[in-house]
Amino acid sequence: MKRVWPKLVILAILCSPVSSWAGSSIAASVRNCTWCHGTGAQGYTVAPRLAGQRSLYIEAQLRGYAAHIRDNPLSKQYMWSAAANLRTDTVRDLADYFASLPPKTAHDGHWGLAARGQAIYLQGIPEANIAACLACHGPAGQGVREIPRLGGLSYFYMKRRLQEWGQGYHSAPMSPMPLVASTLGPDEIEALASYLSFVR
Amino acid sequence: MMKIAVLHSALRTAILAAGLSIALSQVVRADDFQAKLLYCKTCHGLSGQGYHGYYPMPRLAGQQPQYLENQLRAFIEHRRRNAIMANVAHALSPSMLSALAHHFRDLNPPPLGGGSRGDIATGRRMYEEGLPESNVPACSACHGPDARGQDQIPRLAGQLPDYFYSKLVNWSAERGQDSSMPDSSAVMGPTSHNLTKSQIAAVAAYVSGLR
Repeated sequence: MKRVWPKLVILAILCSPVSSWAGSSIAASVRNCTWCHGTGAQGYTVAPRLAGQRSLYIEAQLRGYAAHIRDNPLSKQYMWSAAANLRTDTVRDLADYFASLPPKTAHDGHWGLAARGQAIYLQGIPEANIAACLACHGPAGQGVREIPRLGGLSYFYMKRRLQEWGQGYHSAPMSPMPLVASTLGPDEIEALASYLSFVR
Repeated sequence: MMKIAVLHSALRTAILAAGLSIALSQVVRADDFQAKLLYCKTCHGLSGQGYHGYYPMPRLAGQQPQYLENQLRAFIEHRRRNAIMANVAHALSPSMLSALAHHFRDLNPPPLGGGSRGDIATGRRMYEEGLPESNVPACSACHGPDARGQDQIPRLAGQLPDYFYSKLVNWSAERGQDSSMPDSSAVMGPTSHNLTKSQIAAVAAYVSGLR
């Protein structure tokens, strides 16, 4: 008996984050998300990190998938069906849950391009009509309200998203991103995606 | 005689050509202008209605051209402090700057709004009557009863309330930053100091709903 108690305590600590969601209605939904987005929601291959993302942004995107507004190929393939039958309160609970997880930095860009990416992020390139990202996404890529956190997202995800806006895919109604991305060339996209992958 | 006539006409042609080339260099090419305009609208909204990014980006629609021109020059000369707009304005030629400043005058999208409803009546009273006990003049005296401004006095109607609030709260830290080049921003200095933050928020809420 004496030996069992410490093990039980350890087990209780290990299971506590899971058990606190086990009884709620969204536990199953969280598991559905983390199959692709990683068990810690830190992103996995093509699925972006959700941990620490702005909850209003996650909510807006889930609504956008269900309404078929966000229409890039991977969103169509995976997220349209994933978001199709979510209740409004489940969407809000999922968004709040993933927003509450501490995000990890991807560190997977080209380090040599980070300085140029940082310059574009902070200052834009006024001569080429490229807007400074920080005006909307904040000085540390933290995002605000329905504007997403970009700091520490993976290089491959950021690169693909920036390319897709330039190709005419949509994200949200009234989003300035198609206009922004239309001014970015391949070199600028490489630099921005690299820089952001190192931002904490 | 013939020689003089030829010389005369050659000279006239040369003067004309020189004049034409100066005129052309000052004219903004239409596609350059459209590209720059889209660049402005990336942040300030496709109809110039303003946008809530990480920072509030002000409404430019319906703004007084003289005011916009003055502000762009103030960014360039660092009399008005704003890191983003200093970069943006530095890349504008004088003729582009002027052309952009005049473009927004005729846009008239509905206001974005977003001010606190509870503040509107208080804000309206302050806008129209001022605050005699705090030595704050009526805003309408300069900005007009409809808040549309005039010449170098800016339009306030439809302005984003959080933009309006942060500008007035930080007035003396952002405007008139070069003591060797005083500008008209000094007019607002005392009034911005005599208003409390909640009074500023009330006026912001009122003017943000005006069309």
